[in-house]
Amino acid sequence: MLGDAMFGSKMFRRTVVRYWRSLRSFWGAALAAEMEYQINLLIELLATGGNLAGSLFVLSLFYRSGHGLGGWSWEAALVVLGMYTVLDGIASTLLQPNLSTIVGHVQNGSLDYVLLKPIDSQFWLSLRTFSPWGLPGIVLGLVLVVVGAILAGATPSLQDVLLTGLMLICGCLILYSLWFILAATSIWFVKVWNATEVLRSFLAAGRYPISAYPIGLRLFFTVVLPVAFLTTVPAEALLGRASFSWLAASGLVAILSLLASRWFWTFALRFYTSASS
Amino acid sequence: MNTKLRRGLRLVRVLLSSQYAYMLEYRAEIALWALSGVLPFIMLGLWSGASGADASNATAELTPLGLDPIALARYFLAVFIVRQFTLVWVIYTFEEDHLQGRLSGYLLQPLAPVWRYVSAHIAEQATRLPFVIALAALFFLLYPAAFWLPSPAALLLAVLAMQLAFALRFLIQFALTTVCFWSERASALERLLFIPYLYLSGLIAPLHLYPEPVRRLALWTPFPYMIAIPAQLLAGEEVDVVASFAVVGCWIAILLPLTLFLWRRGLRKYGAMGA
Repeated sequence: MLGDAMFGSKMFRRTVVRYWRSLRSFWGAALAAEMEYQINLLIELLATGGNLAGSLFVLSLFYRSGHGLGGWSWEAALVVLGMYTVLDGIASTLLQPNLSTIVGHVQNGSLDYVLLKPIDSQFWLSLRTFSPWGLPGIVLGLVLVVVGAILAGATPSLQDVLLTGLMLICGCLILYSLWFILAATSIWFVKVWNATEVLRSFLAAGRYPISAYPIGLRLFFTVVLPVAFLTTVPAEALLGRASFSWLAASGLVAILSLLASRWFWTFALRFYTSASS
Repeated sequence: MNTKLRRGLRLVRVLLSSQYAYMLEYRAEIALWALSGVLPFIMLGLWSGASGADASNATAELTPLGLDPIALARYFLAVFIVRQFTLVWVIYTFEEDHLQGRLSGYLLQPLAPVWRYVSAHIAEQATRLPFVIALAALFFLLYPAAFWLPSPAALLLAVLAMQLAFALRFLIQFALTTVCFWSERASALERLLFIPYLYLSGLIAPLHLYPEPVRRLALWTPFPYMIAIPAQLLAGEEVDVVASFAVVGCWIAILLPLTLFLWRRGLRKYGAMGA
């Protein structure tokens, strides 16, 4: 549907405006609903701060003893941890609240109504709501990235900063596509709602530079589950030591996985037969 | 007395077998939960990788820290196993039961609702057992040098320590669960409790790698007894058994009356949803 609308730039612009308006009203409503639970803000702030302190403690365990992490300096490892915290915050803000509802829609049959809406179903399912409780993580993560980069003595040019942003966006797209594909398998296996939890638990590996792992795991976290592109590559871009091949690979993986998620969704919908049939 | 005992035993049997049948229906989900406990293996990768010796070539060389790679592998596998059998999720189920009004029905029955949740947890652990064995077998297949079987005495102590760890974790979470009577989103509190559990329990590193003051402080909290101590027993390491069990006993002695008190206060507050 979205593809059809792309013909003609006037039509395209109108579509973008329509989707943007929908997005604003979705998120406005979500924010209003979440504000009912203000005490949660305090809990989330404490949880994010506590988790960050804990991660720093773990990191210090590796460096205190001279063990190190794959040849990365303590300051550079901070940048990786910051990138992870940012991505984790984005996951809590957008991915987790949206994609966890897909299973419920399949189970209750309310996916019927989603498909009937005059809006792209993947767009609706992926961006319908947002949870403000991941925002402290994003802010704290960015602070950690900046502090780590300054301590590491990095002098990124504007180009490096833009490249880092681009790599982070690529990381987000890869993460989103993986998560969405896993959630979409619920069309066949309704009871896989916690498959995304498995994904999330593996992603914890991205807290540390990928070169800190033994060769087998390093391969696994690059080829099978591309954790390397999520945190290590953006950190390398900011520290000005990313190689062109890694940057290109990250962009390529991002585009391919996004296309794969699109293809998988249209494929999965062919097998959707509503709840009672 | 005798009939009372017999009635109690029958109750236990019925509760456990019905919960086990229920959990078997969800074995796919439980397998996924088991799989999501990979953190110990990630940490093993980090501690054995990095600048140290490669975990996959099983030479008995020491890593720069003087860590024996095989002992490290055994420790983290033991951590994985201990964690699988001490997982507690009562706060989420209870929160839902409370919000949906199912709790009212449970309260009418001549059995304290807590036993329903305890038996559900035990049944779920039994359902997990085959997956955990399969994952451990896979681990030994990938890393045969780390294979070991604990001695019967060590195994007995480890199982006992695991049961106590489960009791401790259940008690702490159940104390938090009673907050459900006052708040609609008590499960958010579990996120806070999880932080000291994650970083002080020995899940992310063996305790002897901690700075000495932190290690000593941690040993006064209940958290190392939920993971590190049972795991060390299972892996056949030296543990101060008497002191450990004494600390666990103290914590249970503090938590049990506190939880009971909170539960009774909460029940008085309870007016069923919608009332």
